[in-house]
Amino acid sequence: MTTVLNLNGERKSVDVPDEMPLLWVLRDVLGMTGTKFGCGAALCGACTVHVDGKAVRSCLLSIGELGERAVTTIEGIGVTPVGAKVQKAWLDLEVVQCGYCQSGQVMSAAALLAATPRPDDADIDAAMAGNICRCGTYKRIRDAIKLASSERQP
Amino acid sequence: MTIADTKKVGLSRRNLLRGGLASGILVAFHLPLRKADAVTQPIAAARFAPNAFIRIGGDGITTLVMPQVEMGQGIYTSIAMILAEELDADFSRLTLEHAPPDDKLYGNPMFGLQSTGNSNSIRAFWKPMRAAGANARAMLIQAAAARWQVDPATCTAANSEVIHALSGRSFAYGDLVEAASALPIPKDTPFKNPDEFKLIGKPLKRLDTPDKVNGKAKYGIDAMMPGLSFATLAQCPVFGGKVAKIDDTAAKKVPGVRKIVVLEDLVAVVGDNMWAAKCGLEALNIIWDEGPNANLDSEEIWKQLRVASAKGGAVAKTNGDVTKGLAVGEKYEASFELPFLAHATMEPLNCTVHVKKEACEVWVGTQIMTRVQSEAAKAAGVPVDKVIVNQHLLGGGFGRRLEPDMVIAAVRIGRHVDGPVKVVWTREEDIQHDIYRPIYRDDVAATLEDGKIVAFKYRVAGSAIVARWLPPGFRNGIDGDAVDSATDAPYEIPNFQVEYVRAEPPAIPTGFFRGVGPNNNVFAIESFMDELARKAGKDPIAFRRAMLGKAPRVQNVLDLVAQKSGWGKLLPRRFGRGVSLQPTFDTAIATVVEAEVDDLGEVRLHRVTLAVDTGIAVNPDTIAAQLEGGIVFGLTAALYGEITIDKGRVQQSNFHDYRMLRIDQMPKIEIHIVKSGEAPGGIGEAGVIGSAPALRNAIYAATGVALRKLPIDRSLIAAGKKS
Ligand code: FES
Ligand code: FES
Repeated sequence: MTTVLNLNGERKSVDVPDEMPLLWVLRDVLGMTGTKFGCGAALCGACTVHVDGKAVRSCLLSIGELGERAVTTIEGIGVTPVGAKVQKAWLDLEVVQCGYCQSGQVMSAAALLAATPRPDDADIDAAMAGNICRCGTYKRIRDAIKLASSERQP
Repeated sequence: MTIADTKKVGLSRRNLLRGGLASGILVAFHLPLRKADAVTQPIAAARFAPNAFIRIGGDGITTLVMPQVEMGQGIYTSIAMILAEELDADFSRLTLEHAPPDDKLYGNPMFGLQSTGNSNSIRAFWKPMRAAGANARAMLIQAAAARWQVDPATCTAANSEVIHALSGRSFAYGDLVEAASALPIPKDTPFKNPDEFKLIGKPLKRLDTPDKVNGKAKYGIDAMMPGLSFATLAQCPVFGGKVAKIDDTAAKKVPGVRKIVVLEDLVAVVGDNMWAAKCGLEALNIIWDEGPNANLDSEEIWKQLRVASAKGGAVAKTNGDVTKGLAVGEKYEASFELPFLAHATMEPLNCTVHVKKEACEVWVGTQIMTRVQSEAAKAAGVPVDKVIVNQHLLGGGFGRRLEPDMVIAAVRIGRHVDGPVKVVWTREEDIQHDIYRPIYRDDVAATLEDGKIVAFKYRVAGSAIVARWLPPGFRNGIDGDAVDSATDAPYEIPNFQVEYVRAEPPAIPTGFFRGVGPNNNVFAIESFMDELARKAGKDPIAFRRAMLGKAPRVQNVLDLVAQKSGWGKLLPRRFGRGVSLQPTFDTAIATVVEAEVDDLGEVRLHRVTLAVDTGIAVNPDTIAAQLEGGIVFGLTAALYGEITIDKGRVQQSNFHDYRMLRIDQMPKIEIHIVKSGEAPGGIGEAGVIGSAPALRNAIYAATGVALRKLPIDRSLIAAGKKS
């Protein structure tokens, strides 16, 4: 079945079953490997993308359910002001270790800051607790979100 | 930075060693300087390649070849800093490449094998990298001096240039490559004094991270190529079991399923994408022949370990006379037990292969390049030199990628597939077919007289991982890893003995896990120290400190952590502070955890303070990051980590029942690094070890409940509080 995706501001058509999760469409069909597979069960956050600006786990979102809503992935988030701020803060504070979870962390953080420009610790906990980092970079993730929130829009 | 899958173009060890015009190398890992395709072009300009690690082109581009793999520990940056320091290369303009598989050129000097682990990348390569850089710089200086006809001693180097300050002349390194290549390679060029360091000791930005925040970084699981198919697998859920029969009628009807591969012990479904493969696997009806372990459970495994432990073992270290000492004063005994753990690297296990008739190509992120190459050769039935291994970034290693099983499985599957196939394990498969951190049992006995330890006997029983993984390292019945931080315990105790009992659990494969043997040693010894301190009526820090006369670096970090953690300051009710000490991997660490316990035995982490002396801190920011992350790794295991067995199979399957610490449970973390001129110590494993015993001791301080097992048992804490 041909489906048209609204992906990072572009229209992409793919020929896959409706039940196929967005994660595998991105990774295996479109070759956009920035979005990561971690658990396949909405438990780890590695596959986080934005759908209409909200953080969503792409491993459980079928493209049938997705419809024409706008999807932003890690490959596209850098062009948004908030995404660019988050990426910069991540590098300024050297958050990343192995990096495998970080696409999802950046996407969750960008969605948080878009909705709540000045998050407090409780906001950060609520928005980021779904994202596991096995390398344990949480301290710097929190600091980087605060840094990004204190910086003016670039 | 991109990773280019360039093909091997006549890589010659002789050329690399001799210098000259060596052309091309396996996989290139680039900073943004060069387009991937630039590498595949033959480079016309001369190249200076005085050793296996440094290549400078006529265009001045300096390429550093990384013998150790990048799995988050920042080693690419740290090794590049050491090389560039002695080479006086411009750090802002470097290209990095993954080393190809070659034990002779890139083997870790501490293992004699190309492997990344055991916190020894910097320890093993500190001198060789400095020598590689210093010798190359000396040759470049000599080449420039000859052209100017001046004494080389009057020349200096900086930022990839040789400078003759007296005449105000300079040469870029790129202009010297031909002349330098013709020179003999010097030996024993003196290293810089630490006060001349321009890079080492600075918190420089990591070279691998920019592409890890924009989706461009390529891990093994991201390998893509034309004609690729995708597979996922099911191994017999019971260890040692086999496939009895399958019914694939429904699976074959799943859209996108291309092939079903049935091997002796596993079944794989190959499809157009992972989703098709997964749906196909779910639709398969597999009947397993569960074999001899179908009734194995955790209780039986523990029983066997306890029986083995009681029989006693080989003496790994002895001071004084522990038998006599244990007859003096008041005697205390305790046993400690640690569970099986799964590594749960964030990047699930995977490997992409293309098995051809006479050759095999592998795309993977591995901690063991050469072993993967030889195992792939065996599984594919081709000669080793016909196997190309394309190294990738690792989405976590933690010891799991010190094993080649995911490569062997992929090659066995790949033999039945036309074209390249990417085999990705589901998280469930990853957790249920790990090579687990072994269970350990430790029996400890000590006597106290006048508030001091007279004798201390420590016996550990568990797997000898070294005996399997690096057999020559297993000597006299002693697994050096299993007793590492016991034989190295920093305390001065007149009668002291360490024993080891080799006890392999039935059927469950065991392997290295971040923090390795010391995780267990330090947990038991530091927990027991707190119990002894209490019996002696002493403060836990004062009690330890009195025994550290011969370990000044350990004493120093203990003093520092006491001061920084506010040790001794009053805490609210139900709060406790606990300390632990460790001398591991040539790094001294003292950790204080502050935690709170509620009536149900739930634990809240408030603060972790860690003081470290790791010798010269090559990149202090990386060291802090490794310790911060290590603390989380250790606390995760302490609070949740446990793999249990029932009916021969692992009961946990994903992050809902194999839990990880999350951001909302984080304590405040403070890392204090001691300035030191000693040779650098290890860090990657070291950070994991101390937080679990320090947390256990904090709970002990808060409640008086002496926990002797991990993970922390909330019901014991709750019951203890009431009594
Ligand atoms: S892969 Fe989607 S939440 Fe883990
Ligand atoms: S950086 Fe490795 S899992 Fe988060």
